[in-house]
Amino acid sequence: MGLGKITAREVMAKRAAQEVKNGMIVNLGIGIPSLIPNYLAKDASVMFHAENGVLGMGPTPRKGEEDENLCNAAGLPVTLIPGSSYFDSSIAFAIIRRGLLDLTVLGALEVSRNGDLANWIVPGKRVPGIGGAMDLAQKSKKVIVLMNHTNKNGEPKIVSKCSLPLTSPKCVDLIITEMAVIQVKKDSGELWLNEVMAPYSIRDVIDKTGAPLFVNQDIIVHKWE
Amino acid sequence: MQINTFGKIIDIEEALSFFQDDMVLMFGGFGGIGNPPTLIKGILEKGVKNLTLIGNDTGFPDVGIGQLVTAKRVRKMVTTHIGSNPNAGKQMTDGTLDIEFSPQGTFIERVRAGGVGLGGVLVDIGIDSVIDINKQRVTVLGKEYLVETPLTADVSIVYAKKADPFGNLVFDKSARNSNPYVAMAGNITIVEVDEIVPLGELEPEEIIVPGAFVHYIVQSEGVDWKWVWEK
Repeated sequence: MGLGKITAREVMAKRAAQEVKNGMIVNLGIGIPSLIPNYLAKDASVMFHAENGVLGMGPTPRKGEEDENLCNAAGLPVTLIPGSSYFDSSIAFAIIRRGLLDLTVLGALEVSRNGDLANWIVPGKRVPGIGGAMDLAQKSKKVIVLMNHTNKNGEPKIVSKCSLPLTSPKCVDLIITEMAVIQVKKDSGELWLNEVMAPYSIRDVIDKTGAPLFVNQDIIVHKWE
Repeated sequence: MQINTFGKIIDIEEALSFFQDDMVLMFGGFGGIGNPPTLIKGILEKGVKNLTLIGNDTGFPDVGIGQLVTAKRVRKMVTTHIGSNPNAGKQMTDGTLDIEFSPQGTFIERVRAGGVGLGGVLVDIGIDSVIDINKQRVTVLGKEYLVETPLTADVSIVYAKKADPFGNLVFDKSARNSNPYVAMAGNITIVEVDEIVPLGELEPEEIIVPGAFVHYIVQSEGVDWKWVWEK
């Protein structure tokens, strides 16, 4: 779905990129989160982490310059930036479990009002497996979910209570969709609508959200180009 | 071929004699990268079946270890992720493939525990989640943990960049991933390498796995599949 000149995927990646600050150690999930580096400043000093054992990933290599043994956790070729390192899977998860990741950006099937995340299984239908999602969601300093606001059937993915098995309870801090940016107050279970992506309205967002929303009185309306 | 001082360098035919039906086989690699291609090809051609596999993921349908799943040679798997190989999901749903999921960080620590001779590890990931089934709990210094059991295997298969005749190993970039711990957790460990170098050529400082853990070394014939990004 397009929003004028820029696609919904690009809007989400561009907005999420604003959450990536200099000096951070960041893990990006596969899919839309992997587009985020395209929207960072050229001189950004961010260390991107991969579960398979790389810290300091750079852009995708040019065609023909790929190295089959230098890939991200999705198995896609990457490059390195100065200051990068290789290590084994145990060290990769030591960085996660020890709480050294400043930010992780993941996709989701469902997110609840108190920040519960379901993103790894639809029983009897789709079983992608957990991968590193449990470790990442439970241990990162900040967890951002980047996802479409509704599922294929147009039903809300932001809900009062998740119906799918949880990846991790009370872990999501911020939800970014093609319609809105919603802050999760995990302790009070409040969802705050802080930003709306034009052409969607506040009413559109409320209608497509399966949990009560508090509307920030200083709400920002984005008009991406 | 280097001088076979320790008798560890073997050809692929001899290596294949270690693979039997119903065995527990551990493999190194992550998304196909770091899976040992020549050993996997040999296991496929030998027709070994009813395997219990222990490894990070099921790869892709035609890539690496994924080929064994696609060919229905696997009965049970201890793993973290099967999403990139739809054949694994299909077999799991129809009941022909039994999958035990571990969170990825927990998985590698279970392999490490097996490899370093520990009785298990204490992990606080996934308490009360669907992976927390009949798991023992302990409280240490006031904090609750799951007791995660160690993983070992009849045979471990590993990919490394270089080995010397003692089996000292160095790896290649992100193809290292789970390989060092898988090498340590095999009752018999067979390493497939791009290059076998003379004793003394590897800097002691750069060796990631000391040869004490390695039983056999096989020369790799290289990857015989197309990567997803090449298609």
